[in-house]
Formats: sequence, C-alpha cells, structure tokens
Amino acid sequence: MKTIHQILPLALLGAALVSCGRPQGASGRDVIQNKGSDTLVNVAQAWAETYSKAHPETMIAVSGGGSGTGVSAMINGTVDIANSSRKMKDSEFEAARANGIEPVEHVVGFDALAVYVHQDNPVTSLTLDQLARIYGENGDITRWSQLGVEMSGKADPIIRVSRQNNSGTYVYFKQAVLGKKGEYKLGSLDMHGSKDVVDLVEKTTGAIGYSGLAYATEHIKMVPIVGSSGRAVTPSVDSAVDGSYPIARPLFMYTAGAPAGKVKEYLDWILGETGQGILRAKGYAPVSTATL
Amino acid sequence: MNAEFDRLDRAWYIDRIAKGLIFLCGISAIIFILSIFVFIFAQAFGFITEDLDVGEFLTDPTWRPTSESNPVYGTLALIAGTASVTGLAMLISVPISLGAAIYISEFATGRTKEVLKVVIEMLAAIPSVVWGFIGLTIMNPLIIQIFDVPMGLNVLNAGIILGLMAAPIMTTIAEDALKAVPDSYREAAEAMGATRWQIIRRVVLPSARNGLTAAVLLGVGRGFGETMAVLMASGHSVNLPTSPFDSVRALTATIAAELGETAHGSPHFGALFTIGVMLLLITFAINLTADLIIRGGWKQRGHN
Repeated sequence: MKTIHQILPLALLGAALVSCGRPQGASGRDVIQNKGSDTLVNVAQAWAETYSKAHPETMIAVSGGGSGTGVSAMINGTVDIANSSRKMKDSEFEAARANGIEPVEHVVGFDALAVYVHQDNPVTSLTLDQLARIYGENGDITRWSQLGVEMSGKADPIIRVSRQNNSGTYVYFKQAVLGKKGEYKLGSLDMHGSKDVVDLVEKTTGAIGYSGLAYATEHIKMVPIVGSSGRAVTPSVDSAVDGSYPIARPLFMYTAGAPAGKVKEYLDWILGETGQGILRAKGYAPVSTATL
Repeated sequence: MNAEFDRLDRAWYIDRIAKGLIFLCGISAIIFILSIFVFIFAQAFGFITEDLDVGEFLTDPTWRPTSESNPVYGTLALIAGTASVTGLAMLISVPISLGAAIYISEFATGRTKEVLKVVIEMLAAIPSVVWGFIGLTIMNPLIIQIFDVPMGLNVLNAGIILGLMAAPIMTTIAEDALKAVPDSYREAAEAMGATRWQIIRRVVLPSARNGLTAAVLLGVGRGFGETMAVLMASGHSVNLPTSPFDSVRALTATIAAELGETAHGSPHFGALFTIGVMLLLITFAINLTADLIIRGGWKQRGHN
C-alpha cells in the first residue's frame, strides 16, 4: 500500500525539478535562453560557443526564427535575451509590461541590408526611390526594362523576393525604403529566412531580394545603392560603420529588466573586444570602432 | 452463493480499472477532437467578436496583418491559393489514382497486385517536407526549363506535388470501394457477354460510385490541409492567381509561417486562428460528406 510517506518525497522532488527549470533569481541561473532575429542567429551562436568555452558554468541556448519570434518570446517571458533586427514596437512594450516584464534595449551591432540580384543581372546601381517603386504599394516598376536594364525576355518581369511579415528585416526595409507610412506591394515571394532569400535570388534570373550583408555568397550580386548623398555605395562593413550606406540598421538584444548576474556578464562580454571582434568577422559592423 | 460472484477482490478491481482505461482510450478521439475545437475557437473568439469584419475577411485579397497604420485581414487571395493548388492537384491525381485503383482491383493478380499495394502505401509514407524539398530543388528548375517561365515556384509546382501526395490515399480508398463490388455482379455481366471494359464501365464503376466519390473527397481534404509541401513549392506569395505559373500562398502555409512570430492575444494571432477555424470547418465538412456518402452507399446496397 502506498502511503503519503512514499509519495511526499516524490512530490517534493517533482516540485524541485519544476522550480529548477526556470530559475528567476539572478544568481544560480546557469542557462541563458537566447532567441530571435534570423539576421543575428549566426553571430549569436558564435558568441554563445566562444563564451561557453571560456565560462563553462554558463550554458547559452540560441535559436532563431525571426525577430518577431524573439520579441513574442520576451513578451511571453520564455527567454532571457531576445535578439531583434528592429526596435520593439510600443504595443509590444505594453504587452510585455502587462505580463510584468520590462524589456531593456541594447544595441549590439549594425547590419547593412544588401539588395541582391542574380549574378547575370547587369544592373549597376539602384536608388532608394527606384527600390520603393519596385517594392512599394502602387509602385510602377514591374520590369527590369523600365530601369534600363537589359534582361533576356523571360527574365524581364521583376520577381520580388521579400520576407515573412513579422521579420525584423521586413519591418526595417519597409521603414528605410518605403517610409513610415509605406506598405509593400502584395505578390512578393515571402521567404522564411535571410538565407532562403539569397538562395532563391541566386537561382532565379529576374529576381531581386533583400537580406543581411553577412548572407552574401560568391554566386550572387549585391547592388550598390544610391541614398541621399547621390552616390552609389556598395554595402560593406565599412560603409555601414561610416554611415554612407543608406540601408544599415542597428541590431538589438532585449533583456527582461536591467541585465544582472550571468546575463549582464554575457552582454558586457558581447559589447567588449572579443564579442565585437566575432561580430565583425561574421560580416556585421561593430557598435564602436574604438573598441577594436 | 451469490456473494461468491460479487466478491470485491483484486481481480474484480483490476477488471474494473482495465475496463475504465480501455473505455477512455476508446473515446479519446472524441475528447481530443472536442478539445481541439474548443481550443481553436477560444483562441479565435476575441478576434471574431472584436476585430473581424466578415466581408473583408472573405472577400478582400489584401493580407497585411502586421501593418502599423492600417492592418488588413483579407483571406481571399489565400483561399484562392489553396483552392487553385488543390484543384490542380485533383485534376492530376484523380485520373491517376482511379486508373491505378482499377488496374489493381480488376486486372492485376497475385504478386503484381501485392507489390503495387505495398509500393503505393510506401508512397503515402513519404514525409511532406521531403515532397516540399522535391518541389523546391527538382521541380522548380524543371518548370523554368520546360515552360520557359521566370519562376518555378507556383500553382503548377505545388499542384503536381500535392497531386502526387494525395494519389496514394485516393488509390487505396478507391481500390477498397472497387473490391467491395460483389463478384456476382461481374460474373453476371460476363455471362451476358460483356467485355472487360464494358463490365468496368457499366457495372463496377457505377456500383462503386459512392466509395469513389468519398475517395476523391478525402483527397480534396488532404489537399486543403497540407502545409509544408505547399509552403515550399507554391512560392508563398499573396496573389490572386490567373495562370498556373503564378505564385500563390495557401491558408495553411500562412498559419505555419506567421504563427510562431506572433504575440499571443494580438489581433494578428486571432486572425490566424480564425483561418484555423475556417480550415477546420472546411475539412470537417469534406470528411463528413465523404463519410455520409460511404454510409449512404452501404445502406443502399443493404436494401438491394
């Protein structure tokens, strides 16, 4: 016959395991949950690996899925650090506060958003206005020939490759190219990751797509972009750092409340020399060139 | 003496517990389906009562749920996407699967029959992400080459992939329906001097009509519900298709691509669950119809 004496220890053990699963205090936390931006996921993984080697007591679980995923997870209280390639919206801050979480923003690097075309595409540069007329609602450019670009007959229609509507890259490109009030023209191919955009554009002659500079390959062409300076600038780490490339954006990490303990140590390390060095090696622009 | 049978010993308790557990397993499907209904409706409820404009939801081709200034929740383009892909898939798979079912049931014998049945079941076991991968890496360049179009991720690609995916289940059910036609029918027709083809066309197919309709309907249900393969092969583009070479986006694929990144309780989240409700109702109606047709067929035959 089972008695309370036999069951009680089991119940206590169970309760103990449950409370270990998500420790709330700053001390004793040994797993940092880190999730979000697809743009940041590669560098976040590299950070986690290098950091864990130097600090074996800290485990960092990194997953991607997009900025929206990270921000949602922050609102729902399931991550310690959310990666995002866009700023959190006011509505999202409110939603987080409603759950008793106060997200704190940290800029951890900058990313040049490159505009990619097929390597056989002869286009030499595009202006922000032309991009808006290609991607924006009511935009009138649907064929390469309208831009004076000679393509073989079937590749003349511009195939717009975009991202799913909760991606930080999607949101940032919209703000930077289409303006605050702008909307995308529907009918683009909405890919579910930075790499998918590059893969598809690589294989499709008439395609145009936008994705982080770090996803560039040898088989794809990056189009120099003409911004307000009137000069065509090729996306690169340097042109993102000096601000001459017009579609560069800050990359964020959000913490639940002011970072403390292990999370603070990790963030400080990311913003330090080693962390920023890794970021730069992955093709992103560091927060401050002075630290390098 | 009676007390002997009523004794409450260990065996009696075990018997009772076993009975209860097996009963629970038996009705578990009902519990699950009801819980799923309740869960999905509950998630969609807030959106349906507060934000939903039924006219816009069903007739607006603009799906722009994350717009800051003016979110639009129109699913017409998504419905058209799902319908066009499923329609094309049926055009491809219905003739193939009916042909296959007729061959297996009426012509093939012995080893050929067994091997064919096993292979068709294996075809049904291929995971949908593998089909999607085939669409993305094999069909895409093939369509570009053969039809000389700029882009191979479109209705045609997804329709072919989905048709191949739906064919095995349709073949299996159609073959069951043909097998259920009593041999005495065939023998009677043969005794009247009918040829093989005449027997199939005039006797077997009409007798199996209900089962064959059910097979097609279940195939349609499969098409509506398929997600991963369609997401990968269709191009995932909000678009009202005007030709098989247009990229489209399916209802299921939209949920799959967006739900993970949506804050719980937001209107966007509710809108995705409302699409879920719509899909659930559609597939429920299709399956119910198929079921009623099969049952109706049995009754009819019983009365004959």
